[in-house]
Amino acid sequence: MTLLEFARGPAIHWALIILVAGTIWRLLGVLVLTRGGDLSRPRDAFGNYKGYRTVFSRAWPSSEFNVATRYQTIVAYLFHFATLIVVVGITAHIEFIQSLTGASWPALPNAAGVAIGIVALVSLLALILRRLTNPSIYCSNLGDYITWILVAAPLITGLMAFAHLGPRYETMLAIHILTVALMFIWFPFSKLMHSIWFVFSRAQSGLTYAHKGVQI
Amino acid sequence: MTRQSTLGALLRSQGVSRRAFLKFCTTTASVMALPAALIPVMADALEQAQRQSVIWLSFQECTGCTEALTRSHAPTLEGLIFDFISLDYHHTLQAASGRAAEAAREEAMREHAGKYLLLVDGSIPTVKAYSTIAGISNLDMLRNSAVNAAALIAVGTCAAYGGLPMAAPNPTSAVPVSDLITDKPIINVPGCPPLPLAITGVIAHYLTLGTLPALDALGRPLAFFGENIHDRCYRRPFYDRGLFAETFDDVGARKGWCLYKLGCKGPVAYNACAHVKWNQGVSFPIQSGHGCIGCSEPGFWDSAGIYESIADGQFGTGPKLASAAVVGAVAGAGAALLARGKKEKKAAAHAANE
Repeated sequence: MTLLEFARGPAIHWALIILVAGTIWRLLGVLVLTRGGDLSRPRDAFGNYKGYRTVFSRAWPSSEFNVATRYQTIVAYLFHFATLIVVVGITAHIEFIQSLTGASWPALPNAAGVAIGIVALVSLLALILRRLTNPSIYCSNLGDYITWILVAAPLITGLMAFAHLGPRYETMLAIHILTVALMFIWFPFSKLMHSIWFVFSRAQSGLTYAHKGVQI
Repeated sequence: MTRQSTLGALLRSQGVSRRAFLKFCTTTASVMALPAALIPVMADALEQAQRQSVIWLSFQECTGCTEALTRSHAPTLEGLIFDFISLDYHHTLQAASGRAAEAAREEAMREHAGKYLLLVDGSIPTVKAYSTIAGISNLDMLRNSAVNAAALIAVGTCAAYGGLPMAAPNPTSAVPVSDLITDKPIINVPGCPPLPLAITGVIAHYLTLGTLPALDALGRPLAFFGENIHDRCYRRPFYDRGLFAETFDDVGARKGWCLYKLGCKGPVAYNACAHVKWNQGVSFPIQSGHGCIGCSEPGFWDSAGIYESIADGQFGTGPKLASAAVVGAVAGAGAALLARGKKEKKAAAHAANE
């Protein structure tokens, strides 16, 4: 079995199994454990609505913090959107998703994919630089760094595979797939779950604040 | 088969001009990445070359490799060089048969001990009964013929990497040459079939320099297998622009767009098809509208479907992922319910205590 056969076969397969089982486990493990209803009335006529609205309104900082968080907000936005676009916009990724689900859509030209991939990687570097230079703001733990490495690795290896840098293409492609497999395995048990949790955590905070009368 | 003593004499007798011969030497030297200074050396050496004894063993194969070489548009210089070598044994091409044929092989092995090239085409079944020639199993014939060979050239993917006979479930327990012979230099010239120029190029290199060419990690001459098909493909610009044929009869296919989505293995295949091409440089598979099937790569029959794109996951999808989802759901809900049960029990205990 070649490295590519291993990566495309059992490695990514088991990573997907762990990703699916782990994510659903984590989700239900919290969601089934309900807190019980808040019996108080919201302090505001539109309290519940305002609470749910935080799912979206928390996507940008409160106006008081606009300046203080500008760097973080802009770079994080760049990173998240660029990453999302390369994940779902590159031909090879769409082919993989299609082989898994049957669904497909038009892809970006490769040049655009590379450009956006570079934006994602550079913004990720900018974010780690800020994290490293401002330890008191982030209070980073080991998981934060592992997550950063496991997110950066697929971006770097994907760009290298496309540009035919480093080892031969099939080896680089295999390494790219293996790094993605590692990220999939890490996903359910790490901060990467925020990509799903953010909806629930924001809604929960919003509702609690609405009931307590906190300005949101 | 010709009887001229040197290659130069043979070529002249066939009406090949000096210019055409030098052109061939230049092409071969440049394709094999030899310095330009070696072109006249190659010409001289080839012209003066004595007939090289070659024993060609055909095992579990389809004769496509021999066909590619001998039936390429005639008469080619590749074909003439092939004619020039003293092909002492080739059971498809030789006139003799039966005992006489085997006697020719044994005589060549005796006369040219330590000097003859052993070309093998086809994989070798390790179960001896599955393929025999003149009552001799392929396994024994290979081992026996390799003992005094100068070098082995595994012609075609079956001899180099097992090919079709070794594909799952490998009913004959077939193996490639390199699994059986470990004490001789082996050059793999894979392909289904290999480019005729790759076969004669290796022989020409040996006749000229008396050495074997530089090889890659898979034992293939770098000169012919060092380049990626995708990198040399004339349809590459369409790949970069994101223009793909989605089916074999759509607009993209008619316009000659990239065949990546139709399973082209160009990005993971190493061969010279895209620049040397076939049939005197007329065309190659991608140019005729079909993706590369990666026939020069190990395990190409089993590694992925011909029409599955390289990015596709190679595993069954549905059931295992669905059961993973169920397992996750049960584990998650179970853990939550357990925690809730504990919480309620503790609350009840707390209430009772008060």
